[in-house]
Amino acid sequence: MILQRVILRFPAQVVDRPIIYNLIKKYDLVVNILKANINIQKEGTMVLEIQGDPTQYARGLEYLQSLGVSIQPLSQAVFRDEEACTHCGACIGVCPTGALYLERPSMEVKFDENRCVACLICVKVCPYKAMGVVAASNSLAPVD
Amino acid sequence: MERTWEEINEKIKKGKVVVLTAEEAIALVREKGLKEAAARVDVVTTGTFGTMCSSGAYFNFGHARPRIKMYKVWLNNVPGYAGFAAVDAFLGATQLPEDDPLNSIHPGAFSYGGGHVIHDLVARKPVTLRAIGYGTDCYPRKEIRTVITLDDINQAVLFNPRNAYQNYSVAVNTTNRTIYTYMGVLKPRLGNATYSTSGQLSPLLKDPYLRTVGIGTRIFLGGGVGYVVWQGTQHCPTLKELPDGGKLFSGGTVAVIGDLKKMHPRWLVGVSYIGYGASLAVGLGLPIPILNEEIMYWASRGDEELYAPVIDYGEDYPQGNSRVLGYVTYAQLKSGIIKIEGKEIPTAPLSSYPRAREIALTLKDWITSGRFLLGKPVELLPSIGETPPLKGLQEKAGEEEGEK
Repeated sequence: MILQRVILRFPAQVVDRPIIYNLIKKYDLVVNILKANINIQKEGTMVLEIQGDPTQYARGLEYLQSLGVSIQPLSQAVFRDEEACTHCGACIGVCPTGALYLERPSMEVKFDENRCVACLICVKVCPYKAMGVVAASNSLAPVD
Repeated sequence: MERTWEEINEKIKKGKVVVLTAEEAIALVREKGLKEAAARVDVVTTGTFGTMCSSGAYFNFGHARPRIKMYKVWLNNVPGYAGFAAVDAFLGATQLPEDDPLNSIHPGAFSYGGGHVIHDLVARKPVTLRAIGYGTDCYPRKEIRTVITLDDINQAVLFNPRNAYQNYSVAVNTTNRTIYTYMGVLKPRLGNATYSTSGQLSPLLKDPYLRTVGIGTRIFLGGGVGYVVWQGTQHCPTLKELPDGGKLFSGGTVAVIGDLKKMHPRWLVGVSYIGYGASLAVGLGLPIPILNEEIMYWASRGDEELYAPVIDYGEDYPQGNSRVLGYVTYAQLKSGIIKIEGKEIPTAPLSSYPRAREIALTLKDWITSGRFLLGKPVELLPSIGETPPLKGLQEKAGEEEGEK
């Protein structure tokens, strides 16, 4: 069994198809939708936690890619500009998963990418614009 | 034990001065006792790095040919104040471009303002200067648009009317909606608390009676050297005795000045608070001369003895109600949880403690290496009880329109 968190980006022509249903039904994957959104260009974004047999997981990703859905590992979705971060702490109270937290007693802000669900609240809240989003890329290989 | 400013400066010049940061002083007093620590240490350094809205800079841009008397001025599209002589202007940290969407789509982003311009100048980035004049016989030109850098202009002076608030409220939100404040995003129903003081490193909290701070005090300002020039606006230092025996010092502020050209972009950073506005984060450090044991006593109080009031920013603060929900220590705040109205609330700071520590250490290094002498104030700031209480602004019916 493997467990992965990924960001899926759906082109406009497939957003009306029951893709997640197929992912569950055909590949026996357990999915947990952390976030889903369709923008005004009708493109979809979904943050998913996927659990299942490694072979089935790989086949599931192939299925997604065959539809033109790009897959990005979540741990690489949000980054911190280490130069810009002053360790003020403005992000701590609003980060819903504790991915951003204070280390004591140094009082430095730490960022645990593995706990990030790419809600992007920190990106809007950081006074220093130290939190950023990695641009989507179709060529980015899924993690194995 | 008594020590004079002059004796300390002599020791600095001879390389024999003993300087500790406030953190180190706390540890030393705990270990060796007040008497021995005061005898051993000459100076205690402090530091703070956080958003300080009452900040700004003034400039002399130099004269163009033909000359212009600048009537209105913009730096990177952010308006300055040009109501001075021909090519002088002031730029405030929270000033926004005239075409900023502000909070029209709430919460606004406020991505660029006066504080960001100051940072860009200090970072030696080119900045667009635009000015208009109305044309006079001596200043015929009516418009100029050019690009300047900090090195191109004659003077650039950071001048902050209020910095380094002695203490600050802890912000919470008792309403049912998320609010966007200068104390950050506050979740509904006491969902989180924010605070913005470096506590045991905070400059004016370590000399709470202001016995060593005044006009002429030399400080770390924005990575360079600055001076206290006056009491800050709203200066009104007070001491409140708390029911549990604790002491709450608050209300002291300083007005500071320094050569912007000698400052560093790491210590003057433009900030954007979602839903609130733009501003400037300032790094400021103050040396406290240990003139006697009493000054060492106050300089060595730790976070567990320093208190802050908890204020509701959902209802009380915006409406001007003076209700305090409770008092907590900086030790509690830094632990990550405070308890208010029976509820445990997660806390987060807004001023950077690691940066505050770095400032105190830098100032210690400057003094120890003989590069920084203490500035003995020509006049101390008003202490507790020496200022009138702060006035509110009264709304009164004015004269009829058109009357003079």
